[in-house]
Amino acid sequence: MAEGLRASIRQRAPIPLEAELACAPGELLALVGPSGSGKSTLLRCIAGLHTAEGGSIDCNGESWFDADASINHPVQARRIGFVFQSYALFPHLSALENVAAALGGLTFAERTARARELLARVHLDGLEDRKPAALSGGQQQRVAVARALARDPSVLLLDEPFSAVDQVTRRKLQQELARLRAHLNIPMLLVTHDLDEARMLADRMVILHRGRTLQAGTPDEVMTRPQSAAIARLVGLHNLFEGTLVQDGGGLKLEWLGHRLEVAIIAGNTGDRVSWVIPPEGVLLHRRERPSRGEAENPVSGSVQDCLRLGPFTQIRLVPDGGGEPLAFSVPTHVAERNGIAPGAAARVTLLAESIHLMPWETPDRPEHD
Amino acid sequence: MDWSALTLSLQLAFATTLILLPLAVLLARPLAWRAFRGKSLVEALVALPLVLPPTVLGFYLLVALGDASVLGGLYQSLTGRALVFTFDGLLLASIIFNLPFAVQPVQRAFDAIPREVREAAWCCGMTRWQALWRIELPLAWPGLLSAIVLTFAHTLGEFGVVLMVGGNIAGETRTVAIAIYDRVQAFDDHGAAVMSATLVAFSFAAIAAINLLGRRVGHRG
Repeated sequence: MAEGLRASIRQRAPIPLEAELACAPGELLALVGPSGSGKSTLLRCIAGLHTAEGGSIDCNGESWFDADASINHPVQARRIGFVFQSYALFPHLSALENVAAALGGLTFAERTARARELLARVHLDGLEDRKPAALSGGQQQRVAVARALARDPSVLLLDEPFSAVDQVTRRKLQQELARLRAHLNIPMLLVTHDLDEARMLADRMVILHRGRTLQAGTPDEVMTRPQSAAIARLVGLHNLFEGTLVQDGGGLKLEWLGHRLEVAIIAGNTGDRVSWVIPPEGVLLHRRERPSRGEAENPVSGSVQDCLRLGPFTQIRLVPDGGGEPLAFSVPTHVAERNGIAPGAAARVTLLAESIHLMPWETPDRPEHD
Repeated sequence: MDWSALTLSLQLAFATTLILLPLAVLLARPLAWRAFRGKSLVEALVALPLVLPPTVLGFYLLVALGDASVLGGLYQSLTGRALVFTFDGLLLASIIFNLPFAVQPVQRAFDAIPREVREAAWCCGMTRWQALWRIELPLAWPGLLSAIVLTFAHTLGEFGVVLMVGGNIAGETRTVAIAIYDRVQAFDDHGAAVMSATLVAFSFAAIAAINLLGRRVGHRG
């Protein structure tokens, strides 16, 4: 019996979807994508709140939906815990009654006891009798989480659960979720458009764009080794360039603006056009007076286009000699000052061969901003 | 004071409200939540009694419920009673002319319930019926109350349709509104005044009750 959740969803309308995902018990999978990418619809399909045209969904070996076999279990039969973006608490019921509402099949005393226990678990003891309107946004979210867990669900679905609260509360709730999930041995799906949130909370993430799942992997994998330039753009990577593979000294190198860059992992043929990306951490500034020994590794000279001081760090954009898009990286502010970094100043950096990631070349297709 | 007329009016108002309320819930939910072909047509039909002169509506009902009509004939063969100029016919007419007063407030109330709240009820494992009883109806309660009060008060006060379909038969179809007209025709100003005052008092109490309850619900929000 396959453990965990597997979903494969296909539909043409109202939102085109062609998505595949798998989530193991105890794993938190983030569905990330811009708004309108279909991530909430995908979550609704899994919950049974929306029926797709094709595909299948199964959880712990039980088929919840199979378009070919005409299986479509109603939402009530799927045993899901769903935290809605707006929380969707029942406004006429107290916090306790909201949680107890999901505890069908128990006696009144059992329901009350269990609901109290769940509310205590999300640190809401003492507020059981309050109606949702008398609770803060963060407290409402906690009630929604307690209610979602009340049914002892087979899968927990969280639809942008932190989007309606202020940043301080958001951090607090994110930490609480991180603590709570450690005790949950069920698949957990988190829909978010916030990459930092996904990076912080998720074990793995799936990038969704225009209804298609583009890449699944650990946040680190997806953020540093995107499978395509489109994914690199979607996850907000700045240093995205194009180059060509060339034979140099018995091995392949990446040719870019006249530089021949060493790349740790490189495969392909001479003449292949590639897209490549380097995270800001892979760009090292050379000291002005004393060039470091590391300068032998992919040195690139250029002029500073702009530098932006952001507290203890300064963000630098360096236009390489030979033109092209600037390289973005950041250094501690005192390092920038000591090296005379200012707009127009000349500077030299190393591009770490380990950090350069190559991707198949594709026609630039910038994602729409919505 | 024509007590039998008042009793008949109250009976008619109770029966109309009792039958119309579940019917309104049944009609209002899909009108509030679903998009379907012919929805505008259904909404227009429901609203029609609001704009039609009562005599016009009464005339069509008289034709539709008469002994010669399919409905009238069927009813006659089933119960042995006619639909026109009887309490039964009056009740049916009353249900039809009160449709907008019952359906529209209930529809607005269901419309105000966020979709996610209904879906959350299903996610909690509630069946559609349980969700209706435990979540939707309590949330739509102000709309239901408006529907009850409006239907009740409007039935008590309706004149034109009642006169057309029911006529003026004491103990069978003479409602308090007809009785007031009757008293005025008979130059019994005192009798007309007492009955009119009773209707005014009831209508005022009904509107006050809605306002009061609306404010309480607003505070609860």
